[in-house]
Formats: sequence, C-alpha cells, structure tokens
Amino acid sequence: MIAFPLASEFGAPMQDIKTTSVSMTDKSKPHRRSRGPNLGDPIFKSATFFFAMLVLAILSGIVVVLVIDSWPALHQFGPAFIWTSSWNPVTDSYGAFVPLVGTIETALIAMLIGIPFSFGMAFFLTEMCPHWLRQPIAVAIELLAAVPSIIYGIWGLFVLVPIFQKYIEPFLISTLGSVPILGHLFQGPPIGIGVFLAGLILALMILPFVTSVMREVFAAVPAVLREGAYGLGATRWEVVWRVVLPYSRVGVVGAVMLGLGRALGETMAVTFVIGNAHRLSLSLLAPGTTISATLANEFTEADGELYTASLIALGLVLFVLTFAVLAIGKRLLLRTSGKGGLA
Amino acid sequence: MSTQNTTASIRRAHIRRRQRFNLVMTIVSLAMTAAVLFTLGAILVTLLFNGLQAIKPSFFLESTPAPGSEGGMANAIFGSLVMTGISVAIAAPVGIMAGIFLAEYARKSKFAEMVRFINDVLLSAPSIIIGLFVYGIVVLGMGHFSAWAGIVALAIIALPIIVRTTEDMLSLIPDSLREAGAALGTPRWRVITQITIRAASQGIMTGILLAIARVSGETAPLLFTALNNQFWSTNLNAPMANLPVVIFQFAMSPYEDWRSLAWGGALLITTAVLALNIVARLSSKGKRA
Amino acid sequence: MSTDALTASALGTTERPSLKDRPTTPEKIGVKNLDFYYGGFHALKDVNISIPDRRVTAFIGPSGCGKSTLLRSLNRIYEMYPGQRATGEVLVDGQNILKPGADLTELRTKIGMVFQKPTPFPMSIFENVAFGIRLYEKLSRTDLEERVHWALSRAALWGEVKDKLNVVGTGLSGGQQQRLCIARAIAVKPQILLMDEPASALDPISTAKLEELIEELREEFCIVIVTHNMQQAARASDYTAFMYLGELIEFDTSEKIFTNPSNIRTRDYVTGRFG
Repeated sequence: MIAFPLASEFGAPMQDIKTTSVSMTDKSKPHRRSRGPNLGDPIFKSATFFFAMLVLAILSGIVVVLVIDSWPALHQFGPAFIWTSSWNPVTDSYGAFVPLVGTIETALIAMLIGIPFSFGMAFFLTEMCPHWLRQPIAVAIELLAAVPSIIYGIWGLFVLVPIFQKYIEPFLISTLGSVPILGHLFQGPPIGIGVFLAGLILALMILPFVTSVMREVFAAVPAVLREGAYGLGATRWEVVWRVVLPYSRVGVVGAVMLGLGRALGETMAVTFVIGNAHRLSLSLLAPGTTISATLANEFTEADGELYTASLIALGLVLFVLTFAVLAIGKRLLLRTSGKGGLA
Repeated sequence: MSTQNTTASIRRAHIRRRQRFNLVMTIVSLAMTAAVLFTLGAILVTLLFNGLQAIKPSFFLESTPAPGSEGGMANAIFGSLVMTGISVAIAAPVGIMAGIFLAEYARKSKFAEMVRFINDVLLSAPSIIIGLFVYGIVVLGMGHFSAWAGIVALAIIALPIIVRTTEDMLSLIPDSLREAGAALGTPRWRVITQITIRAASQGIMTGILLAIARVSGETAPLLFTALNNQFWSTNLNAPMANLPVVIFQFAMSPYEDWRSLAWGGALLITTAVLALNIVARLSSKGKRA
Repeated sequence: MSTDALTASALGTTERPSLKDRPTTPEKIGVKNLDFYYGGFHALKDVNISIPDRRVTAFIGPSGCGKSTLLRSLNRIYEMYPGQRATGEVLVDGQNILKPGADLTELRTKIGMVFQKPTPFPMSIFENVAFGIRLYEKLSRTDLEERVHWALSRAALWGEVKDKLNVVGTGLSGGQQQRLCIARAIAVKPQILLMDEPASALDPISTAKLEELIEELREEFCIVIVTHNMQQAARASDYTAFMYLGELIEFDTSEKIFTNPSNIRTRDYVTGRFG
C-alpha cells in the first residue's frame, strides 16, 4: 500500500510530498471529452415514449381495423346482427347469435367445472399440502398452463372423444337424461364431440391460471387472520371458506373474470372438439360452434365481401366481449393490489 | 344436570359433524388435485406414445407430403423457427424500450397506468383477433398471405409479455444503484442502459424466453396470415409452413400418416415449450423475492 | 474526573493532533438559507453552514433530523425525484449550484458520493472504477489502467483485488464493495466527497478500515460524512454539525461538540440523553 504522510501535521505545504505514481496535479492535462448539449437524454426518453405509445396504437388499431373491415356487414345487418341466428353463405344472410351463444355456453361450462376445481386445488396447496410437495405441484400446474392450446385440442379429439363416445355420454344420457327439466341438457346421440366436451377442455385450460392467481390471493391474506380462526377451533375448511375466501373475495372474482376472458377467446382447443355446426340446440351433447371456432374454420374459405365482413364482425363482437370481461377482472385485481399474475 | 350433559353432547355432535365435513372437503380437494395432475400426466404420456412413433430422421429432413405418401415436417419446423425467431427479435427491443419507459420515466403517471392496463389486456386478448387485425393490415396491404404477416402477428403476441417482465424486473432494481450512477454525473439514459438494464438483464432474458415459449405454440394468429405451404420455402413474402397450422390441418384429416405426423409435431412443440419454461424458471430462481 | 477527560478517554482521541495546531482552511461549501421540501413536508428549515476545504465535517443527529437531506442537497441528487425541492443557496467555490442554469454534470465531477448501501455496478471491478473516468475523459488504455490502479490504491483496495480486476463487483465482501464505491468516486478526481452513513452496513472490522481510509483521504478532499454513530463522528471528523428536526442546532469543531457543547440539546444528544 502506498503511504501518504499527512504533511499538514508538520505545517508543510501539501502538494510536494506525494509518492503516488499518478499525482493529483495530473489535472493539468485532462483529455476531456467534448461535452456538447446533452442530446442523449431527450432522444432516449422520446424513443421509449414512442414505443410505449405503440402498445396503445396496436390496441386502437385493432378496434379501428375490425370496425372498418366489418362495416359492410354492420351496415347491412345493423344491431340485429347480434341476435340473428341464421348463417347462410348461399343467401348471404349472417347473424352472430349461434356462435355467440356457443362462445358463452362453452365458457360457462368451463367456469362451472373449472372454478370449483381451481378452488379445491388452491385450498389443497395452501392449507394441506406438505411443504416439500408444494413446489413440485405448483411447477406441474404452471407447465400445464404452458402447453399450447392446440395440444389440448388434438388430445381432446383423439383421447377424450372416444372415451366420451363409448362411456361417459351414454352414462350421462341414461342417468341425467331422464331427469325432468335438467334432462333436456343431456339428449341426443352420443357422438362425443359437442359443446359439453369443449367446455370441459376449456376448464382444463383455464385451471392452471385461475389456480395460481387464487393461490397468490390466498397467500396474501395476513397470517394473523388465519391464526385467529384456527385458534378459535375452526377446521381447515372453515378457515378457508369463512375467513380467507371472504377476505380475498375481490381478488378471487378478479381471477375468475380473467379466466373467463381467456375461455371466451380460446380457439384451437375448442375447434377440434365442438363439431362446428351452426345450430342451436338445448342439449349440451350436441355439436355447436363458437365465434373463434367459426373464424378458424371458415375465414380462409370465405368468398364474397359480405361473408368476410360478417366473419370480421364476429371477431369484433368477441373482442368487445373479452375486452369488457378482462377490463373488469383487471380492475378488481388492481383493487386488491395484487398483480394478477403473468401469462 | 342432564341438560348440561345434553348441551355437551350436542356440542360434541356438532363438532364431529364439522370435522366430518372438513374431512370430506379435504378428500374432495385432494381428489381434484390428483385428477388434474393425472390429466397432465395422461396428456404427456399420450403425446410421447403417439409422437415418438413419428420421430424418425425423415421427420426432420423431408417436407410435408401429400396424403398417402411419405414425408416429414422439415418445412414446417423451419418455418416455425424462422417466424418465431424473427418475431421475437422484433418484439424484444420494442418491448424492452416500452418497459423502460414504464419503469424509469413515468412510474406513476396516468399515461403509464393506461399503457399498463392496455398492455395487460393485449396479453390476454384472443390471439385469433390479433390474426384478424394483421390480416386487415398486412395481408390486405400486401395483397397476399405471407410469412411476414405471420411474423407481425406473433410479434404482437410476444410484445406484452416482454413489456411486462421488463417493467417488473426493472422495478426490482433498488434506486440506490441509479443514484450511484447519477452521483457520478452519468446522463440518465446511460444510467438506464449501462447500469440498470445490465443489472436486470437476467430477468429480462427470462421474459424473452417465456415469450418465445408462448409464441411457438400459437396457431390461431397464423391461420390467416402466414397460412401454410405444402412445400419447402424460404420466401418470407409468400405463405410459409409452420408446425401449429400443419398440425391443425393434419390432425383433423382422415389420413393415418398425416395424423401420425401431427402427433410428432405436437410432441416437438410441447417439448420445446416445456424446455423453455423450465430453463426460464431455473435461471430466474435467484431473482424471485 | 472532569466531563472533558471522561469523554476524551471514552472517545479515544488522545492520539489525534488537536485541531488547534492545524491551520484553518477556506470555505469550500457555503450553505445559505437553505429550505428543503418533500412535497408539502418542510424537511430543512433555514440552514446556514460553512464547510471548510480539506477537512472532515460530520453531520449528526437523531433519525429524521435532516442530516441526509442536507447532504443530498449538496450535489442535487434529490432532483431525480419529483416533488422534492430546495430553496436558498448552496455555494461551491463561490458558485451557487442551486441556480436554475447551473451545470449539473460539472457539479457532479467536482462532488463524489458514497451511499449507505454499497452499490457496485453490475460489471467487473475494473469497469466499475473506469466507469466515471470514461464519462469525462478520453484516456489511452495505459493511462486508464494507471488511473484505476491509483484510485484503487487510494481506496486501500488495490492489494486485495489486483489479481481479480475482471471479477464482477458484486462478488466482493461488503467492506470491499464499499471501498470499491469509494475508489469509483475518487477515480474522477473530485474535490469534495459526500458520504451518507458509509459504514452503517459494514461489520466493525470493515468500519475500522473505512475510518482509516477517511483519515488518509482527509488532506486531499473536502469530506462531509453523515453518521448516526457518535463515536465515529468524534473519531473521524474535524468539525461536527448537530441537527435536530430540520434545523442546524450547533456547528463547531468536533472536539468542542463532544466535550463541551454550547447548546443544551446538543449536550443532551451527545451524552445519550435522547436519540
């Protein structure tokens, strides 16, 4: 280490007694960079601002393009488009009702099956699962979320459809089919494909996402609340059902809405198993169609301006619907100051 | 005295009922978890079983065949690699810059709140709508389907993921690092690019990996943009084969050999996606709070 | 024993030459009527202080008294955050740096800062020290290496890192990281060094090393150090300013402040009655 005698203690002037190799007086030969006005900062800031605007521009662009390209159909059919149930390329008569009903129907089935399962899994993972098992299961669930939807589609088509055809649907028809009122939902030939199976696969797809958001929301409940409830002698179920869930109610609803938003827009998994029939039917076992399945199947073959415009109008309806649901869900999750999770 | 006994026994009966209910619910939730995990296992097993049958050298070397003849998925694999690669290469700088804006320049402004909100909506928006949008602009603009259209669509899907992870990672970096840079007189843009981004680089890479994983499995946006191509093509201005759309076409067909190829493609995509996710997870292990 | 002797022996100040033998130096930083606001909160109230060149001045006081705020107004680092503002004058070598047109980059070459938590940049040790140099000077590779060598030596770190200059800065121990930050700060040859509780995140051995370092640097730089450790202030500084609730209560030589302060609140704080 280089020594610096503290010259001031001997009253001597300071500069001379330095023993460094590079002394302080080097200040006399600065090779200074020419520093003009700092342009880098405003340029960089504007660039980042521009790219942030791009995100907004994309969304507005989507709305604008959808409206413009569907205008012939919107103009021709007006708001009646939404409740018209015909779909005939030959007579050029189109209506969104059948696909819209299918979209909502499959999404609802997905919710009815998926939410209880998500809740059950979140309950299991947060309250009962041994610690060493928690992470592996959580990872498995996230991998389930990563699997592309087309994989669910072909798995559903080749594995689930035969099972449903041979075992499950005949079972449902023979049992629930004879129940009054409810039975109307389970009629018809057991062909396997149909609205019910599509809803089931959708449930499987939204499960991982809703489960992980629920887990996050449950974990955010303060420990003191839990401990207080356990201390009073509540069972595990009661703690979750009566304390944790009400406390995180807003976040849970937000998670559900986000799941719903995804279910509404899902294409590939549904297209494989729904049967693609523009028909309204009371039975869940009948084939049907959703907006996204219709688009996937018919868009590339559509000829004629009105046909294409009607398909795009379907897209617009779907977009508005999912936007509304996602916006509400996001709002709710923001209120719980959670982030709602990624992907 | 007997009333005391009955109260006590009523209470005990009530407690036992609650405990039984708790037990039932516990079993139900355990069963649900097991069922879901079993399903995941079933999917993976089916994929492996059916997909492996199709994996031979010809799978990687030959292009998609006409029904009834032999072939592979070479053109589809190439197309997917190229389109995924270019789309993420476009989305990454855009997304990182937008993420920088949100995390460094405008943390609390109303404008930033709006951008974040819209970004999250785009993140979960139906990908088929993105396909329609790109059709309306690029395909109609160019007059024909093309790989470029597919690339734009995939880039729009990758973008929100990268914006989100960049912003999240940057906000994890403590302000004291930025102050240290500023105290030296570093201009702000240099503090961001040479210090803050470098510190967050691992997390940002994770975001990019996740975006790649998401994009490689997307089918709907390619359906009316890049379409499909039966033959080997490197022309980005024309329709280009890609794994998801080929799988869609082949799986729904009645031809056995096509369906087998579809399974092979499905196995390939799933392996790639799961591998990317696992790598992303492992590399971000240190950063998670 | 008198209070003076008691405190003196407690502070271990017997070896240092008393300030009486040292010539007084000219003012380096002059603070005049400084007020500081965090949004609506009035954090510094009409502070006036004259900080001499080539001496160590310590700011002490209980939590929330404004000592860090005062330090951070001296290089305008607070301007990174909207809602924080200062009124009044801060004269460095006679120039008011709070004036709207004042060149911030020029200011920051003159004034270096070391923070409470060591903040090595995510790059190699060499790159860390070279970072500031590269901003302002175009040096040849050899000149750059010499300067980095010099800075690391002055920061008493060279011996420990000379064989691993390419190792990333975050791989060092806490005490070493802090000395790296000091090396980085002095590499650009500032005239003033601001230190915001530089040892509070370090273990006692690293703290002792840091205080030795300040002892060595004191003759070249005007050093201002904020500390909540009174013994450290008494050991290491020539002058001490005691602050309380945003006001400067007393400013004098350290010897006077710690042995015979004029203000009763200073006396109460220094003898441990509160804070």
